[in-house]
Amino acid sequence: MTSSHQDLAQLARTIRKEVIQMTTAAGSGHPTTCFSATELLVALYSRVLRVRAKEPNWPDRDRFILSKGHAAPLLYALMAHAGYFPVDQLTTLRKLDSPLQGHPEKRRLAGVEASTGSLGQGISIGIGMALAARMDRKDARVYVLTGDGEIEEGQVWEAALFAGTHKLDNLCVIVDANQLQQDGWVKDTLALDPLVPKWQAFGWHAIEIDGHNYDHILNAYDTAKQTKGKPTVIIARTVKGKGVGFIENRPDMHGVPLTKDEAERAYAELGA
Amino acid sequence: MSRQKVMGQPTRDAYGDALAELGKENPAIVVVDADVSGSTKSRAFAKAFPDRFYNVGIAEANLIGIAAGLASSGKIPFASSFAAFLVCKTYDQLRMSVANPRLNVKFCGSHSGISLGQDGASQMAIEDLALACSLPGMTVLVPSDGLSTKSLVRAAAAHDGPVYIRTSRPKSPVIYQPGESFVIGKAKTVQDGRNATIIACGLLVWEALAAADLCVAKGLSVRVIDMHTVKPLDEAAIIQAAAETGAIVTAEEHLLDGGLGSRVAQVVARNKPVPIEFIGLNDTYAESGLPEELFERYKLTAPHIAAAVERAVKRK
Repeated sequence: MTSSHQDLAQLARTIRKEVIQMTTAAGSGHPTTCFSATELLVALYSRVLRVRAKEPNWPDRDRFILSKGHAAPLLYALMAHAGYFPVDQLTTLRKLDSPLQGHPEKRRLAGVEASTGSLGQGISIGIGMALAARMDRKDARVYVLTGDGEIEEGQVWEAALFAGTHKLDNLCVIVDANQLQQDGWVKDTLALDPLVPKWQAFGWHAIEIDGHNYDHILNAYDTAKQTKGKPTVIIARTVKGKGVGFIENRPDMHGVPLTKDEAERAYAELGA
Repeated sequence: MSRQKVMGQPTRDAYGDALAELGKENPAIVVVDADVSGSTKSRAFAKAFPDRFYNVGIAEANLIGIAAGLASSGKIPFASSFAAFLVCKTYDQLRMSVANPRLNVKFCGSHSGISLGQDGASQMAIEDLALACSLPGMTVLVPSDGLSTKSLVRAAAAHDGPVYIRTSRPKSPVIYQPGESFVIGKAKTVQDGRNATIIACGLLVWEALAAADLCVAKGLSVRVIDMHTVKPLDEAAIIQAAAETGAIVTAEEHLLDGGLGSRVAQVVARNKPVPIEFIGLNDTYAESGLPEELFERYKLTAPHIAAAVERAVKRK
């Protein structure tokens, strides 16, 4: 890792700790789902996304849609650090009257671009935003994060076909390919791989990267921005639970918060 | 007395005409269709404004999501398809992509009910009103003729929030004359009466008027209300009808479960309980046939409505 990425690494450590604090306090949630996508979104929010936290409806902003809505704690932590709301509000996650719903809801929290949690819908919504930007001749870009299990949903491929057909080069989809879904391994569920040729066949520019390597990630976002005439998909190979050894790659840890003791062990390992 | 039946534009044609007019006035209007623009008549807009029209292909879930994204970015999208595919196939996209964030998306489902005729049950939306009405914040419109369709499509475009508009395939009998205007949520009393009230929507407004004529011979004076807005209901008009006429019949080209009748019954039960009878499909799919044959087979015609009026009045 180059030294210029130290700030990202530090933020990722803080974010992971906060995700654990939030979900352990709530007694529910999906921490391992957040950890596979942490570097992808830390880089996006810190270096790529053109948004104004104090003016969340700025019409010229880039859009980010968390299609895998169960990674909501990750989104909330990043939004808090970006200045959308105070960091100390994070521990209201999943509590009555909190804008931090179990899955993101657009009407309840300014800066959330879509209500997600029913998998497979985010790319279609992103297409609508990308079309609107194109019609209005704005250079705003749209980013959508999906899981790999999520792209088993048929709507994803309806959307992929449309975006490829219409050459939506202001749209970038990131597939958090952590290889796990709720009931087990993706490969034991459906023959989803090979992903790169699948997306290419739908008319996309497809890039496969290590989803925890900032050089890879930032280079992929940059390549996506430079790619004209095609939407870009970044197939990010990731590890579910990444960063906390004892919950990594654990099929039994989907949607399971850490106990208080486990949380302490995790903070020690994270050095956060 | 025999009422003059003058056939006018199908409500789906009026929808297309209204879109083409609105497109001139408002550049924010964008139309998306799922490969049936020749049937939903959104093609009238596509021809006039090709840069603001997308045929997304035979992909209704994606259609709804794209409409949601367009609305999020300040456009006023109208998404059309057959009602069966627009609403019944995509309920979850309507629920989470549109209704939960209450986005400003307009939907138009054509070929609703059983009056599309020979294509049969797979094409017939008989449950779309129940589904659309069950979405929090959704406004649901069922215009009865061409003129009211144009006025209500215009009202939908001006309304802030999601709206579902239900249109029909065949020509619709003319109910209204030029100059009549329509407000979302404000029912039209198309004929006054003292002994009972028929509350109808869509093509059954004509059948209701014909039923009222039949009731004259039985010595019954019947009020007919066009409940073009099925959600939110004009509760005041319903309560007034219950209070003043003492008996109600609802009539819709839809299942009895969850549609106009169910919704009217809630208002009546809560505010002014009077006898109610219900005209609609009773827990059944329909089948292929001519529209008039199907209306007779499924008991949606004027004589069946008139008989229901007599039953309701007897229960007073």
